[in-house]
Amino acid sequence: MDFVARLVVLGVIVVGVGLFWIWRAASASAHPVGSAVEQPIPFSHKHHVGDDGIDCRYCHASVETAATAGMPSVEVCMSCHSQLYTDQPALQPLIEAWQSGKPIRWQRVHDLPDFAYFDHSVHVNNGVGCVSCHGRVDEMPLTWRHASLNMQWCLDCHRDPAQALRPRDKVFDLAWQPANQRATGTALIAAYHVPMERLTECSTCHR
Amino acid sequence: MPSLSRIDELRRLLADLRGPALWQQLDQLAEHRALRELVEQQFPHLSRAPAMDRRGFLRFAAAAIGGTGLSACSGPPPERIVPQQRLPETTVPGKPVFYASTLTQAGSGIGVLVETHGNRPTKIEGNPGHPSSLGATGIHAQAAIMDLWDPDRSPMILRGGTEVGAWNGVLAEFAKIRQAGGDGLRLMTPSIASPTLRAQIETLLDELPGARWHRHDAVDLSAAAEGARIAFGQALQPQYRLDRAELIALFDADLLAQGPGHLRHARDFAKRREPPQMNRLYVAEPSPTPSGSLADHRLPIGGERVAELVRLLAAKLGIGDTGAALDPTAERWIAVLAEDLRAAGPAALVAAGPAQPPSVHALVWAINHRLGAVGHTLQFIAAPRQGEPYATLLSDMEDGKVETLLMLDVNPAYDAPQSARFAEALQRIPRSVHSGLYTDETARLSHWHIPLAHALECWSDAEAHDGSASLQQPMIAPLYGARPAHEILAALLGDPRPQARDIVQAHWRQRLGDAGFDTRWHDSLRQGLIEGTAAATLRPALRELDLQWPPPLPGPVLEIRPDPTLWDGRQANNAWLQELPKPIALNTWGNLAWVGARLAQQYDIENGDVLRLSTNGASIEIAALVLPGQAQDSLTVHLGHGRRAAGRIASDVGVDVAALRPADGAWRSGPLTIEKTGERRILARVQTQDGMEGREPVRRATLAEYRQHDGALVEDETPQHSFYDANPPQTREPGKPAWGMSVDLNACLGCMNCTIACQSENNIPTVGREQVDLGRAMHWIRVDRYFEGPAETPEILSQPVPCMHCEHAPCELVCPVGATVHDDEGLNVQVYNRCVGTRFCGNNCPYSVRRFNFLQYADRDTESLRGGRNPDVTVRSRGVMEKCSFCIQRISAARIQAENEGREIGDGEVVTACQSACPTQAITFGNIADKDSAVSKKKASPRNYDLLAELNTRPRTSYLARLRNPNPALETNGEDQA
Repeated sequence: MDFVARLVVLGVIVVGVGLFWIWRAASASAHPVGSAVEQPIPFSHKHHVGDDGIDCRYCHASVETAATAGMPSVEVCMSCHSQLYTDQPALQPLIEAWQSGKPIRWQRVHDLPDFAYFDHSVHVNNGVGCVSCHGRVDEMPLTWRHASLNMQWCLDCHRDPAQALRPRDKVFDLAWQPANQRATGTALIAAYHVPMERLTECSTCHR
Repeated sequence: MPSLSRIDELRRLLADLRGPALWQQLDQLAEHRALRELVEQQFPHLSRAPAMDRRGFLRFAAAAIGGTGLSACSGPPPERIVPQQRLPETTVPGKPVFYASTLTQAGSGIGVLVETHGNRPTKIEGNPGHPSSLGATGIHAQAAIMDLWDPDRSPMILRGGTEVGAWNGVLAEFAKIRQAGGDGLRLMTPSIASPTLRAQIETLLDELPGARWHRHDAVDLSAAAEGARIAFGQALQPQYRLDRAELIALFDADLLAQGPGHLRHARDFAKRREPPQMNRLYVAEPSPTPSGSLADHRLPIGGERVAELVRLLAAKLGIGDTGAALDPTAERWIAVLAEDLRAAGPAALVAAGPAQPPSVHALVWAINHRLGAVGHTLQFIAAPRQGEPYATLLSDMEDGKVETLLMLDVNPAYDAPQSARFAEALQRIPRSVHSGLYTDETARLSHWHIPLAHALECWSDAEAHDGSASLQQPMIAPLYGARPAHEILAALLGDPRPQARDIVQAHWRQRLGDAGFDTRWHDSLRQGLIEGTAAATLRPALRELDLQWPPPLPGPVLEIRPDPTLWDGRQANNAWLQELPKPIALNTWGNLAWVGARLAQQYDIENGDVLRLSTNGASIEIAALVLPGQAQDSLTVHLGHGRRAAGRIASDVGVDVAALRPADGAWRSGPLTIEKTGERRILARVQTQDGMEGREPVRRATLAEYRQHDGALVEDETPQHSFYDANPPQTREPGKPAWGMSVDLNACLGCMNCTIACQSENNIPTVGREQVDLGRAMHWIRVDRYFEGPAETPEILSQPVPCMHCEHAPCELVCPVGATVHDDEGLNVQVYNRCVGTRFCGNNCPYSVRRFNFLQYADRDTESLRGGRNPDVTVRSRGVMEKCSFCIQRISAARIQAENEGREIGDGEVVTACQSACPTQAITFGNIADKDSAVSKKKASPRNYDLLAELNTRPRTSYLARLRNPNPALETNGEDQA
């Protein structure tokens, strides 16, 4: 009898773990964390940001003023690529988009649920660096998701922003690291008047 | 009947079994011959189901449950980001852009600001700089968003009602018309508010001398202008200056909620009604209207008898003679009114409504003249030339004098008086061209149908009630390749590639002159008003009046009125308007016959009884609503319902009453025969209770009482013992905003503008007739209405009820999953992604403001409807509770803006949707922690009180008590009010 009971318990555990993994697999995002997403054009942040040193805001222009960081229009790409690498096969979709007037359909890498309302501007203006959520984009040949972006992950920082805040002039500097993050972050919470209680209110992100 | 022997056989098998044995036996029983036979006999379709043993069933059940679970766990589908090819300068993706434009309703333009997200219009706001709006919007303007995105709009040019046509085909027809010099061409339009379009028509009449222009308004508002023609010798448009009037008498005129300039009237009226100084309003009308509900003295009287009332009033003021005798109450009412008017002199204003004949208007103008009000509270401007009357067109059509009929934005086969006669005549015309938003009743009978562009899709212009012109600009390219009226007319005149923008611009260039035109054009576009175009006020001389008074119709008279929400039915396919409760009566989805209490008693009519109403040689069957305040000698029905070809929303909702209208399009018909059919129908009303049940949710007093007690109307309300903490846990530390709202019931008209504005802003779904009848309407802000006093002459009280955002919120205590909680600014927030739908919160809410998605009400599938939604508000799913959020998306936007700029949120920066739409500014919203904010000042008023304060919920929404300013001469008599 004892044996049967153990067998049943074991069976329940095995089946449970199995179902959990099936559920994880089925409910995962289209693009898992850390895996590069294929795009119509193999755009390299590593080349543009890391090698050429282009500022984030050159392409993501509304990051300081709006909820969305903004994706560059074809026109922005063409401000350089009308002259550079125009004969590269990889850039053909860009040239075609420019000539045909049809926009490029990029794959979304970072996708939040529709009931979560994230605003780039208020994060950037309060000293949350790009790198905190997007990782070292300047080292990504193809872009991937750096963090899970699930609610737990958001709350980790909303409960303790001192772990991530940096001076506003370092927000777009992906390589910058403070000597003492805790001290820097704590000082900045006071300096930027970060409304700490507000950060964990439901209504901050959900409406 | 199942065979008894078989049942007995089965019973015997189970007779002595208990416990596990019974369990086994049941299993065997399923296979038993007797049961199978029984099942086969009772449920033949079940017996053919594939045989399955118990184990097989369990296997399938387990697999099905597992499968369901798995399929529910699919991750989000991969999404695409599609940036624009060229981003227009100054465009910030994700930020709404507002454009000033104009919408036209009832032949008059209202200036609006259209909120667009990514070039999709999502919300209409009023334009504070426009004289007809002053920042407010009417229900028709709000509903324009739904019209624009309506998937049932006409998608293509049609030939012969069904065949797909081409624009070139239309042009070929137009060429033939031109060749004939316009002989036999008739143009049919509604009253036109666009000066450019009117100029185009004048050009057309010049260039094609054979053509004639007819005006068809299903709801004809021309009586006032025709009355001026009698009184002053020319058609004039009245300007009611309610901002100057201390005493106002309205005869069957809903000046505050209908017709040109009503938003302005309501604002001006409310401004003169702030205690301690209050104007006084007398209203005599057949059915209760928003204007009547605010009256200090309201006299319910049949529309037919209003003429006698006005004649008596005129006679008392020394003009003309009296008509037939009135009952003593009415006589006394008029006598007191006459005294009051004489005392007020030029500060008085008398007005009659469009349902009254021109002779009544002429007399009313003469009364105002006698009082010295003309030029002060009543001004006149020239009425623009409109088409000839419709009646001559119909007879010409029947006489075969019409070769071509071009119908622009009209639907006479449905809404003309005697529409059946028109439809028949239309089919005998050699060439008919119709243009409208929908493939409607008329489109289907016409040779050609051209989809007409929506006002948010094309260039145009419109004149406001005071003649000021403003431009209409497109927010989006026509969704269905539709064409503006300007382009259709230009094409008729031979322009091969007409552009509405060029046509409108050319018109204004000619009127304003070339010098500095571009600057003026751009300024006008930005401001939403062309400066300096307000019409000049005239000083007309009164003529000697010789009025003819036909004998009044006997017996109960049928009043045929525009529907308060659907108007003439052109917006009937709009679910928002169908589901918006009619002011005062609060019925939705369809029309009802409004019956007064005494008439109901006489005919033994109850709510929902279907009546057969016969008059004018026709009859309809319509359900009755016994409405307190309805005049006893009249019965009111509404136009705009019973559409036969409107789309999936409106078709066959309600009853078409057009057959009962007299041929001249008059607003009433009689004598009327009323019969009960014995049938009953559901009414789909949002509120079925009429009285306050002694709880006094609406507190009220007279102005005299207010002055006597120095404003202190509200007795001391020490909260009683409570289960809740004595100190609200949500007491905020200083420096943080604490959001609150104040609703001034002294200014509330009950017009429903707030309800529909909220619906548009917050993606609130409509639920349909049956669900409304089950009490499942989803409106976040409802307008409660109470009748107090006798059913014949009740006091009518309206009270908007959004979420109270209680400090001690009863809903929060009972939520098992923490889906409704307080945030640190005192908002009672609803977290949809946490809600599991227990509905405990809704049951525990004493204000019944919570709304539950019993079904998947929000349409997630229809592509075009998604375009009109507010992207800043979650679209809710089935099984989720929702409620007023104090427009949390607007608070968030203001907060982020302020934080980015390193400052506090200023007073007036957050304006809720209901607040901005309200024509009387009855709703004030803001930070109650700031003692200098507008809302704090309102709440400091001695009239301030909380709804159901005895429950100690400490609502953040509070009300200002309602005041009346009655004339003691009528009050003491006790006849007028209880």
